Amino acid sequence: MVASVTSFGRSGVYDWLIQRVSAVIVGLYVLILLGYLLGHPDLGYEEWRDFITSGSMRIASTLALLATLAHAWIGLWVITTDYLSNSFVRFSCQSACGVAAAIYLVWGAQILWGL
Amino acid sequence: MQVSIYRYNPETDSEPYMQDYHVNTGGKDLMILDVLALIKEQDEAVSYRRSCREGVCGSDGLNINGKNGLACITPISEAMGKRDSKLVIRPLPGLPVVRDLVVDMGQFYTQYRKIKPYLINDTPPPAIERLQSPEEREKLDGLYECILCACCSTACPSFWWNPDKFIGPAGLLQSYRFLADSRDEGVSERLSDLDDPFSLFRCHGIQNCISVCPKGLNPTRAIGHIRNMLLQRAT
Repeated sequence: MVASVTSFGRSGVYDWLIQRVSAVIVGLYVLILLGYLLGHPDLGYEEWRDFITSGSMRIASTLALLATLAHAWIGLWVITTDYLSNSFVRFSCQSACGVAAAIYLVWGAQILWGL
Repeated sequence: MQVSIYRYNPETDSEPYMQDYHVNTGGKDLMILDVLALIKEQDEAVSYRRSCREGVCGSDGLNINGKNGLACITPISEAMGKRDSKLVIRPLPGLPVVRDLVVDMGQFYTQYRKIKPYLINDTPPPAIERLQSPEEREKLDGLYECILCACCSTACPSFWWNPDKFIGPAGLLQSYRFLADSRDEGVSERLSDLDDPFSLFRCHGIQNCISVCPKGLNPTRAIGHIRNMLLQRAT
């Protein structure tokens, strides 16, 4: 057992499952958006705003945002632990990724729920 | 034919270099180990490991024209691609070089030791032996044949980057060999040892291990079986 305190769930199985589930969520979200855009060729601003600010789409967008952040964290954590051998550089990069993820989360919530 | 050999003697060389040799094969499709023996006749300082010379001991794993394999069972015709003008022989990648083509296998064996490569069974053994049915024994086929030559693990980028944390395909194949053994009682203990983000889950399934295994084994499939066992246990 290799101890790791910076991975997403501290468990290999947990990270593996979250990465796959989050990929499915983001994939479904993209399909919903594509389906809507293809089904509305003459889409205007008002109609798009009503769609994206509807209750179900706000929940879907929030879920997609959380899934993207979790997926990105796991992926970037793997990349940093593969290619950054210096622990100071690696932890600094991971910290920067964590701060960026937190900013995106708050910013995304503001955009999605502040309209 | 032209042969280029990786040379490095830490006592005299500041850095590794490639040295070219001309070898007369007599038109025969020799094994790479035979080519090395002919080079050794020219230059007895060239160092490499070998023992059984028939693909059983796993001593002469080398990187031959960019692909890992056993020198003793790899013929020149198989090693030389259509565009290759010469034979290029290097040590297995990723492991520290002791001298020329000889690598330090310490990291590889450390990972192997971690998977507890022995039966865990605290039940008092019967008078003669612990029996298995033919079906139970069949589950070990494709697993027990591994000769620990390290061709797979040293072809794996995940092992190159984290040789101290990732068990590697050879060790994980052996781990499943014991997880699949009906006589073993250490399944829970073995799985707990692998449930971290590095030991097993650093495998991304690129299957380099399958393409280089000189025994035709499939470590990626074994890793998939272990992952399924971990998932079943955790969900």
